[in-house]
Amino acid sequence: MLAVVIFSRRKWRIIQAAFRRQQPKSMPPSPAIQVENLTKSFNGFTAVKPISFQVERGEIFAFLGPNGAGKTTTIKMLTTLLRPNDGKILLDGFDPWQHSREARQRFGIVFQDPSLDGEQTAYENMELHGILYHVPRQERAPRIEALLKQFELWERRKDYVKTFSGGMKRRLEIARGFLHTPGILFLDEPTLGLDPQSRNQLWTHIKTLNQQEQTTVFLTTHYMDEAERVAHRIAIIDHGALVAIGTAAELKTRTGTDSLEAAFLALTGTSLRDESANAGGDQLRRFAKMWQKR
Amino acid sequence: MGAIYIMWLRELKRYVRSRAQILVSLGQPALYLVALGYGFGPVFAKAGAGSYLQFMAPGVIGMTVLFSSVFSGMAMLWDRQFGFLRETLVAPVPRLHIMLGRTLGGATVAALQGLLILVVCLIAGFRPHAWSAVLTALVFVVMIAVVFAALGSAIGSVIEDMQGFQFLMNFLIMPIFFLSGALFPLKHLPRVLDWITHADPLAYGVDGLRGVLIGNWMFPWGGRIDFWFDAAVLAGLAAILLALGARLFSRIQL
Repeated sequence: MLAVVIFSRRKWRIIQAAFRRQQPKSMPPSPAIQVENLTKSFNGFTAVKPISFQVERGEIFAFLGPNGAGKTTTIKMLTTLLRPNDGKILLDGFDPWQHSREARQRFGIVFQDPSLDGEQTAYENMELHGILYHVPRQERAPRIEALLKQFELWERRKDYVKTFSGGMKRRLEIARGFLHTPGILFLDEPTLGLDPQSRNQLWTHIKTLNQQEQTTVFLTTHYMDEAERVAHRIAIIDHGALVAIGTAAELKTRTGTDSLEAAFLALTGTSLRDESANAGGDQLRRFAKMWQKR
Repeated sequence: MGAIYIMWLRELKRYVRSRAQILVSLGQPALYLVALGYGFGPVFAKAGAGSYLQFMAPGVIGMTVLFSSVFSGMAMLWDRQFGFLRETLVAPVPRLHIMLGRTLGGATVAALQGLLILVVCLIAGFRPHAWSAVLTALVFVVMIAVVFAALGSAIGSVIEDMQGFQFLMNFLIMPIFFLSGALFPLKHLPRVLDWITHADPLAYGVDGLRGVLIGNWMFPWGGRIDFWFDAAVLAGLAAILLALGARLFSRIQL
């Protein structure tokens, strides 16, 4: 008798779990990104303190903060690259750790550092991405062509990516991020190292896409003018904690300043930050260069 | 399936496109073949063990496949460094597929390298006891390639820098090579060394190649049993290492 009760309770839990799994599909539209009490620490150092926020569908959301404030760590947790210590994330209603494939299919990401395959051509990089993201075969070629043309890389499609300039690589990464028509696009400092022309063009593309396809955009940048120009709402993170969230106008009013830059400095202070998170990476990069020269 | 195919294809493209690399990577085994093969030849013959070139050619083929497949797995270090690894890690496909594609691609390339060095051996004067044996030898070439490509992927999933790479080269891969019987017969060795050589995966690969190609087997059970024993050991190891590689790869965090 007892065994039956235990068995049925277990079964009931399984049924409940299955039910929970199906919920996101039938529920009214959830926010594009929902984060509750997200936390990450490395060896006792708390990189991200419990933070909570949500990003609505179709919103352009800027995530600003000084170096080492926890921006990239947060993006890594949102995009399934780093497991949080605690807290809840929902992307389009899916928990990226429980339903990683469903969640991954729904977002695109342009990383802070390049993530292209230099040994393949621009077209091959796009095609590989299309296959990994299940873009149907008949849609793949026309979409790749359209994107490469839009980002003015079509003429160079047969060249190896290792021969591209920094700006071209950046554009290719962004074009690739759009290939599978993600509902959410993460951009981690997408304009780093770009000239004003490319930056201008990039933001125009992103705004157009946001308006036409209702793509939600989550971006980080150090350029306050960019954030002010494109973002609907801005969150400011410092020392792993959210210090402010709102529209650019709200942040300026709140701090009694007349520019977003001044508001940013008022909120995060003027002292310089040590960025130690990447020290190991830099060393390895030097090794990699040495190796290549041989 | 698409993911496995495209990752496999990527490895193959990289190989075919770096023609200079192909020649360079054949240089080392060719050097072993010429310097040691001809250098130790007279001593070996004087000891009454026959032609050293005949003896070591299967070993050199095994060596080529070993290094080529392990390196392909460890190339993940560069993909990690140049960022491409991230692109594949956030893709909405099982990481198992990414890992399988990479590993099978690396194994295919290693097997091709093994075949090329077999041709070099033939040119240098190596003669298998029957030409049909070359086809049977392919079985072992492929199995060695899969075993060590999987090992390479497992290692590549764990190491994050050059120091780790050097460490594993010196303390794992080089011993695997030197104690595999590629260069000397695994007979009349001190007992400890004897145990170690029996734990060396490549020993079974080299033994299989040598047995098939020149009829010289390590175990005294007769060729047919030896063949199946070597094949079973390699197949078992391939399964274990693929599972280990898949597990470690799926746990990568950046």
